[in-house]
Amino acid sequence: MPSLGADMEAGTFIEWNIAPGQAVKRGDVVCVVETEKGAVDVEIWSTGTVARLVAEPGQRIPVGGILALLAVEGETWQAVAAMPAAPAVPTAPTAPAAPAEALHPSPAPALVRSSPAARKRAEELGVDVAALAAKKGGAPITLADVEAAAKTAPRASAPAVAGEGAARTGMRQAIAAAMARSKREIPHYYLGCEVDVERAATWLEQFNAGRPIGERVLFAALAFKAIALALRDVPDLNGVFVDGAFRPSAAIHLGVVTSLREGGVINPALHDADKLGVPALMAALRDLLMRVRAGQLRSSDLADATTTVTNLGDLGVETVYGVIYPPQVALIGLGRVVARPIVREQQIVASRMLTVTLSADHRVTDGMTGARFLSKVREHLAQPEAL
Amino acid sequence: MNAPDRAAIRQAVIDAVLTIAPEADFETVVPTKSLREQLDLDSFDYLNVLIALAKRLQVEVPEADYGKVDTLDGLIGYLAERVART
Repeated sequence: MPSLGADMEAGTFIEWNIAPGQAVKRGDVVCVVETEKGAVDVEIWSTGTVARLVAEPGQRIPVGGILALLAVEGETWQAVAAMPAAPAVPTAPTAPAAPAEALHPSPAPALVRSSPAARKRAEELGVDVAALAAKKGGAPITLADVEAAAKTAPRASAPAVAGEGAARTGMRQAIAAAMARSKREIPHYYLGCEVDVERAATWLEQFNAGRPIGERVLFAALAFKAIALALRDVPDLNGVFVDGAFRPSAAIHLGVVTSLREGGVINPALHDADKLGVPALMAALRDLLMRVRAGQLRSSDLADATTTVTNLGDLGVETVYGVIYPPQVALIGLGRVVARPIVREQQIVASRMLTVTLSADHRVTDGMTGARFLSKVREHLAQPEAL
Repeated sequence: MNAPDRAAIRQAVIDAVLTIAPEADFETVVPTKSLREQLDLDSFDYLNVLIALAKRLQVEVPEADYGKVDTLDGLIGYLAERVART
């Protein structure tokens, strides 16, 4: 069971996409797991042949628990399948908890793949998502499916309000655990600076003017690229703090804080953000956010952010004072781009400004490092054509 | 094909928004106030609404005109005018 974010302790196994004897390679989607944050396609991290499927649908498995046995090169899958999995399965200590789990039946919607939006709508309309999923042969349930079903089917007498409520409470608890751990363990320091983004905003307007709407770039994408490049300049803010030591990451995967419409947040990773050109970064960001809305995230989206960015500018916020997601060591906040009178070359002129903030882990860096990072963000945003 | 009328454009807008904000209740949306603020649509959500509308109505809203399409009335009026012109 992979860890799909620092706030995950266990996941509910939903279904297999593979069978014993099947060859798989790293990155293949092999199964679906339900977390507090919705259903996630789990990608396998090794190449080999499936030997034995251990996890069963509906089973709750802690992070690190065994889902399946895999035969790697040089092994025959039949031999591996015959091996006892028991010693390696860390589910044993939690076994006594199983009856309690059984007494608390998981809500039917948790066992099918559906977008969070579709699930919420189904709850409102009293549509049985499980029945719908059976009809669709396991394909993900979309909002349109739910709406269509609501029109044709009589309203179910008891909508699964308790189930949905439980899922929401689960997410709240997961966020609470991660944030409480952050505030308990991480000595935060906070820095902020106002960045003149007039040049970047003007450059972007010209860039977008000649492009069809589907290829337009939002300012956030430009800011993300500047942040990724600044993290390359100041690598001490990019990585994780584990077992009392900072482990920097060579790759820059930006966690993107995304609020879910039904409540709560999720932080999928924008991989290798420093290596993507601005149009490619925008496309990747759009793809990621659309998959969040559609409930189609993959395990790699959730596993490995190295720093997180939260953009609250759309909501009118000017300054973000963020809480770091453990085990990461920094969180960058973006406020609203707002026109202000500023002094440039002894003249008062109107200019668009953006407040960028940094929350960082004082165990790993000091204010000097943070200041250098913010100054690099400013430098990169001053040269938008180079992003 | 006849140009879609105002009612058809309104429906296209509603359909586009509902794919992103399924809980949106257009009975309570104030048509003269910011649609994005009322429905909590971030800039990515709103771009996706405009992209869906561009596909359906063949009208692309240039970035410079975003100020004109901030409200439901503004958006419908803008699209109706552009559709009639093409």
